[in-house]
Amino acid sequence: MATPISSLPVIAQTSGKGAAKWAARRAEKAAGANRRPGWVTYLLLGIVIAISAFPLYYVILLASSDQVTISQTVIPGLLPQGNFWNNVQTVLNGPYPIGKAFMNSLIIAVLQSVSVVVFSTLAGYSFAKLRFRGRGPLLVFVIATMAVPTQLAVVPLFIVMTKLNLNNTIAAVIIPGMVTAFGVFWMTQYLENALPYELIEAARVDGASMIRTFWNVAIPAARPAAAMLALFTFIGSWVNYFWPFIILSAQNPTLPMVTKLLQSGYHTDYSLIMAGVAISTAPLLVLFFLAGRQLVAGIMQGAVKG
Amino acid sequence: MTVQSPPNQALQPELDRRPTRIAFSQKLGKWDVKLSPYLYISPFFILFAITGLFPLLYTGYISVHEWHTLGGKGAFVGLDNFTAVLDQATFWKALRNTFSIFLLSSVPQVIAAIIIAAILNANIRAKTFWRMGVLLPYVVAPIAVGLIFSRIFGDQFGLVNALLDGIGLDPVRWHSDAFASHFAIATMVNFRWTGYNTLIFLAAMQAIPGELYEAAIIDGAGRIRQFFSITIPQLRATIMFVVITSTIGGLQIFDEARAFDAQGRGGGDKQWMTLTMYIQDLGWGNQLNFGRAAAVAWLLFLVIIAIGIVNFLITSRISTAGTKTPKTSKKAKKVKL
Repeated sequence: MATPISSLPVIAQTSGKGAAKWAARRAEKAAGANRRPGWVTYLLLGIVIAISAFPLYYVILLASSDQVTISQTVIPGLLPQGNFWNNVQTVLNGPYPIGKAFMNSLIIAVLQSVSVVVFSTLAGYSFAKLRFRGRGPLLVFVIATMAVPTQLAVVPLFIVMTKLNLNNTIAAVIIPGMVTAFGVFWMTQYLENALPYELIEAARVDGASMIRTFWNVAIPAARPAAAMLALFTFIGSWVNYFWPFIILSAQNPTLPMVTKLLQSGYHTDYSLIMAGVAISTAPLLVLFFLAGRQLVAGIMQGAVKG
Repeated sequence: MTVQSPPNQALQPELDRRPTRIAFSQKLGKWDVKLSPYLYISPFFILFAITGLFPLLYTGYISVHEWHTLGGKGAFVGLDNFTAVLDQATFWKALRNTFSIFLLSSVPQVIAAIIIAAILNANIRAKTFWRMGVLLPYVVAPIAVGLIFSRIFGDQFGLVNALLDGIGLDPVRWHSDAFASHFAIATMVNFRWTGYNTLIFLAAMQAIPGELYEAAIIDGAGRIRQFFSITIPQLRATIMFVVITSTIGGLQIFDEARAFDAQGRGGGDKQWMTLTMYIQDLGWGNQLNFGRAAAVAWLLFLVIIAIGIVNFLITSRISTAGTKTPKTSKKAKKVKL
């Protein structure tokens, strides 16, 4: 990957040939070091990966153990024991509504992802490509609301949901998460670059209405960013605990809520708690292995654009 | 489509009706063009107004009233809720705990993320594998992270204490000592978010123009010198972004602290109760006092804004003292797009 240094002629002209020679030698050295890093780099990365994966492995170790072993030892062995499916069965058949929690979490996450993507794409298209009065200030407002900790508004939100008779319904969880400022900002940023004005003009010249233009031109262009936004919204919704915990009851929980319930319910047997953790984490792990590449790309794109 | 036949013929019959049609559709089209942009952004603004802005303002209204969770609104009490809360030792304890956990999680996290990003930024093999590897903890729910680490930091049969014992150190009482519990909870936050922030920094590093390094190499700067004189100054905007987002999230920490023990009330002596836990406790715990819960929510809101401003001032101070102006880094980012 050693790219020749472009400024060498300039150096030769301004500082003399000797300086240019030295510069070239240094550059060569640096380029040599730049080719492929040595084993130390991989060792360090290996340690980092080990740290980020170990707690999950630890879950398997504990979840595949049993009450007696686990209450007497730090680690029940370096390899998983045979009790994992047993423990999972026990938790699934236990008194805690895991099936219901799973369905609740799934419905909430899917509906929120769809809603966030649809509304963010609409708003993002409008902000990025359409001209209208107040566009600038409104966009600034959207960005400013990203910094507003809406989690602090739980008290009135609870009052409103109770007034609407939505207390202890998953609708009360879904509604506050149907739009996000981040989503609007994300789609605005993406469409600004990904959707050329010429395409919109062409559609308009052909006589397409505004919504038809959006449908036929903006949506296809927005697809990659929309998929990433859906992914992040889904994960954020799946792991969300605070607001569902406030508004839902223990009989009608989400997965994180039921995981927490296991902690007090099975406090004498950590292998069952960990089996519960494994159950609630497994769906996102599957998603991670299917779409981890997109997650990485999404975070990196968002960072460069944000 | 048949290219041979002139299209005029096909359109001819319609020509007669055309003028009125155009007038009508033009009018319609005009409104379409004018209204559509507002229509498209309205779902966000309406929903945000209902579920974000209004509740936030309403919190202020509730905080100056006597307000029982079940009994509902009572008399106007001015700032009584605020003074009552500020008089409680628990509030100050929760404030201290929140800050302590926040500092223990944000500072090491940013430093670690930058270092790991620098390693990932080398020309390594199997890039995607390593990048996915650091992101793995992100898909574990904070509650699950809390459950896992409350065992790892267990007072008895905890992994960390076993390791400490292995190297001849005394075990730490993670669940009774305040600072130790903050460290454990901060570790959970770091576990989940370091990888995520690493990728943000990595992206920013890749957007730094190569000429800067080229110039540094010619000037004889080594790896370390390049890192501190080019990489770090160029990352300034990104560092600010990460610090501000982690401030907003970090000061509202709830899940990890709640999962640190089975009771979830912040420990026997409230030694790891955070402000958000305190809000929950005031509103839905023993006191059922929405007025006071709202007062704490407002105080926490003010704290977050204050810290945000301090962050901003510090970072912009650094940026004016730095060698490169932030403008260059913005340009560099644009190029990558």
